[in-house]
Amino acid sequence: MRIHIFHETVYRYEAPLTRAIQVLRVTPRHHEGQYVVNWRIEISEDCKLDAQEDAFGDIMHTFSVHEPLDALSVVVAGEVETQDTHGIVRNAVERFPPSLFLRETPLTQPDAAIQDFARHLAEGNGGTDKLDLLHALLGELHREVTYDTDPTHAATTAAEAFALRRGVCQDLAHIFIATARTLDIPARYVGGYFRRSDGVTAQEAGHAWVEAFVPGLGWVGFDPAHAICTTDAHVRVAIGLDYLGAAPVRGARVGGGEEKLSVAVNVTQAAQQIQS
Amino acid sequence: MLSRTADNLYWVSRYVERAEYLARILEVTMRLTSLPIGYVGATNEWESAIATAGCSKAFYARHSEANEANVMEFLTFAPQNPSSISNCIELARTNARAVRTAITSEMWDVINGAWLELERFGNAAGSREEFMRFLRWVQETSLRFDGSAFRTMLRNDMYWFSRLGLNIERADNTARILDKKYHLLLPADARIGGPLDYYQWAAILRSVSALTSYHWVYREGLKPWLIADLLILNPQMPRSLASCYDNLVRHCDSIATAYGRQGPAQRKARAIRTKLQNSSMEEIFQRGLHEFIEEFIADNNQLGSAITRQYLM
Amino acid sequence: MAFAFDEMLGHDEQVRGTYTALNTWLREQSPDLLEQRCQEAELLFRRIGITFAVYGEADSTERLIPFDVIPRILSSAEWDILRRGLEQRVRAINLYLNDIYGRRDILRAGVLPEEMVFQNPLFRPEMNGQRVPHDVYVHIAGIDIVRVDEKTFYVLEDNARTPSGVSYMLENREIMLRLFPDLFSRYRVAPVEKYPDELLATLQSVAPATASAEPTVVLLTPGIYNSAYFEHSFLADKLGIELVEGRDLVVKNGVVHMRTTEGLKRVDVIYRRVDDEFLDPLAFRPDTELGVPGLMAAYLAGQVTLANAVGTGVADDKAIYSYMPEIVQFYLGEEPILNNVPTWRCREPSHLSHVLDRLPELVVKVVNGSGGYGMLVGPAASKAEIAEFRARIKASPKNYIAQPTLSLSTCPTFVDRGVAPRHIDLRPFVLTGRDRIRIAPGGLTRVALQNGSLVVNSSQGGGTKDTWVLDR
Repeated sequence: MRIHIFHETVYRYEAPLTRAIQVLRVTPRHHEGQYVVNWRIEISEDCKLDAQEDAFGDIMHTFSVHEPLDALSVVVAGEVETQDTHGIVRNAVERFPPSLFLRETPLTQPDAAIQDFARHLAEGNGGTDKLDLLHALLGELHREVTYDTDPTHAATTAAEAFALRRGVCQDLAHIFIATARTLDIPARYVGGYFRRSDGVTAQEAGHAWVEAFVPGLGWVGFDPAHAICTTDAHVRVAIGLDYLGAAPVRGARVGGGEEKLSVAVNVTQAAQQIQS
Repeated sequence: MLSRTADNLYWVSRYVERAEYLARILEVTMRLTSLPIGYVGATNEWESAIATAGCSKAFYARHSEANEANVMEFLTFAPQNPSSISNCIELARTNARAVRTAITSEMWDVINGAWLELERFGNAAGSREEFMRFLRWVQETSLRFDGSAFRTMLRNDMYWFSRLGLNIERADNTARILDKKYHLLLPADARIGGPLDYYQWAAILRSVSALTSYHWVYREGLKPWLIADLLILNPQMPRSLASCYDNLVRHCDSIATAYGRQGPAQRKARAIRTKLQNSSMEEIFQRGLHEFIEEFIADNNQLGSAITRQYLM
Repeated sequence: MAFAFDEMLGHDEQVRGTYTALNTWLREQSPDLLEQRCQEAELLFRRIGITFAVYGEADSTERLIPFDVIPRILSSAEWDILRRGLEQRVRAINLYLNDIYGRRDILRAGVLPEEMVFQNPLFRPEMNGQRVPHDVYVHIAGIDIVRVDEKTFYVLEDNARTPSGVSYMLENREIMLRLFPDLFSRYRVAPVEKYPDELLATLQSVAPATASAEPTVVLLTPGIYNSAYFEHSFLADKLGIELVEGRDLVVKNGVVHMRTTEGLKRVDVIYRRVDDEFLDPLAFRPDTELGVPGLMAAYLAGQVTLANAVGTGVADDKAIYSYMPEIVQFYLGEEPILNNVPTWRCREPSHLSHVLDRLPELVVKVVNGSGGYGMLVGPAASKAEIAEFRARIKASPKNYIAQPTLSLSTCPTFVDRGVAPRHIDLRPFVLTGRDRIRIAPGGLTRVALQNGSLVVNSSQGGGTKDTWVLDR
């Protein structure tokens, strides 16, 4: 599937901004199920955009502005060619052995409730098949936790979201990761985009899901918000131990007063490509 | 020098100067209110003190009317008043501590000693006598701080930034007194020379410690237009606007020379001084004393922001 | 517990050679005079403003660390062994860190279990695959050493993050020189005053390739409320460098600058006394206000040197500590000159049962604790405390290590009623630059002032002494 992505973030400041700096992780890379046809980043100000590869192999860009500004916009756009690999992620950039992804982070630290949840899953599963266990987790999580954009925010932890039984794709991913790691399965956070099959193209934000390591198969994508394994509708952009490691934007600013943020995300299937 | 260091030096001086100013206002107000009512009129001097201190908004958020007890408390020890004397000393000390190696040990001793001693005065409302002792002590502290800075600091950008803070604050303080009392200084006022005004005029001069200077400069009895002249245009009087701006221009220029670059702060300081130099009292009274002072306060604030933008942030 | 080895009297109450002159001198002094000198010392410390903040004490944010006027003396032969051992250890630590964040040979060789590194909270994945300027991770190390007898020194702890205390080493000497000029005429004491110059030379030597010929070095402090703020401002002063806070630094076009009254000025080397997690809100804890947004990106792009590097905690963690002899052997192919204290790792079942059997005689430490917090000193603990620790160890054994209760050496110390032996340790400071390793002779001797106490940490009532290394 050829997927076209347009993602615009506009910041408007109540008072002129003194300076700002942002670290972006918004650039997808190739792997077996994904080929990046073209990709670009446009920033409304003239500035130096430095590219680096981070420790996880994500492409990271940094830019800073030092002039008084009323508004700043960042546009990320491009086309990606995807294939359905039944969720299995092969030949992606791997900088760590899977066991690294058993680390706890503040956002994914399991509390007693998540530990119980994990234990209950393991008991129900009985067997030792990790893939079955992960599918059980995917299904159970979908039943237990309701998708809801209201009660959580970027800094909500897995434990907090699980206690609420509500959250967005980020929260679901964190709970999934916390549970999987409790079950001794390496798991990691994935930030990216999702093309909806219902024809709706305008979205409020990018998407997030999880990859878990299954011996024999390798890394497998699980999308707890949709209760499916990843498909050719998923465009994988960045991985990390949790949201903070894969966040599309981490920024800081001085001055500017109140900030008004507007985000437009458009994910469409590009016109039928010609297959040879 | 780090911008933050310059900022700290600038504010240490501003806060010490502000503490002294508050102490002067309170002392003068205490003196005025101890006169029989026939000598000063029925005005509420405590209300006036709050206004001159620039704290009306914060004050009336807590109190419905101004009286000796609540104004004294509010301007000296009230923790809720960010610009009470004790908070000024605390803030001066915090700023000094952050640049402890940039100021001399003599300056540190004064400000740290004052901060430690502050506790001795406690925050209990005391007798008038105790208050008076406290207010004297605040003024002495400021004198000692200023003196130790003058005698011990290297004459480099550190010194100049601390002087900028002091003079911006001082000019603002003198202008605020004029702003609240300008009506007493208007020559056309029908009540000229009334017995009531004499004590008010003396009080104005006392609040900038210029009563004796007045007599040395003018060698005649208190005349409101001469008082205005002394406080605004006379460059000999250390707290006059003209004198403050002589200093501000000089120190801004020293910084520009040392750094080999000048900017908005230098231009603004010179423009304000030129305006003061080219004014006469007749002209000021004609155009309106009140308007003149208001404009000056705004100009002075703009210079403060220009210094901040150019050097301190 | 056996009688401790005394630095002056050994095991057999015979004055050791290095202490003969001191012993004579001590006998000549009246207790009144010593008492008077102590008071003078305290006054001097107060005047200089050497203070120390203690966590959890709201009312006293500034306090003096007690100073003991009787020096601790090391012979040149003793120091020679320590110096070579320290140099070896620090070289191994730097090779280990380069490897852990690079090729990971030591994991492949199975010397260190993978999870000890990857599950270690002090391991910084962000540093993976990145090269630090000149391959130096630990520019400043403080290695804690204890002595148990004439011949045996143990390394108690490697401090490879932001070791503090060197200001006391320097000031203690200054004060001793002022108070006891006579005593110095009886000994040839190696000076320590070159340390600031050597630290600056070390820091300048590791400037990134993009820096100018005269690199700009700054000291980054968390600010005036930090417990070691005095030391930060003291060192910045001695080195003649700016003492900056995070808000003084700005990353512009990938380069770190400081905000000065003359505009932005490039910074090449940051001697940072801010912990990893607080360095950059865009890379670590997003809520930090102590750091510099974008610092890590500039660092990883090779535009600035951080000293110490990010992620060095994975070398001084107490669990990794127990592998240090293997680490020295693996990277240098040498036998360690300085030994570790024998250590049981509770993560290993056989060690765990041994530890649980003997809790009352052991010292138990949390692997990621510091400053003596969360520690059990078995022989001094109550039954309840031991029971509590037993439960904690059982709940998460991998968080604990245990060691025999060492009888740390004692040194004559001036206390309430004259001179008495008190337990001491030693923290020498090891500087690693691009060119070489520099070690100031001696270091900071810490002393447990309570009779019988083994806890020398200044946060828990320990004091300090001047440390003398005798010239040949």
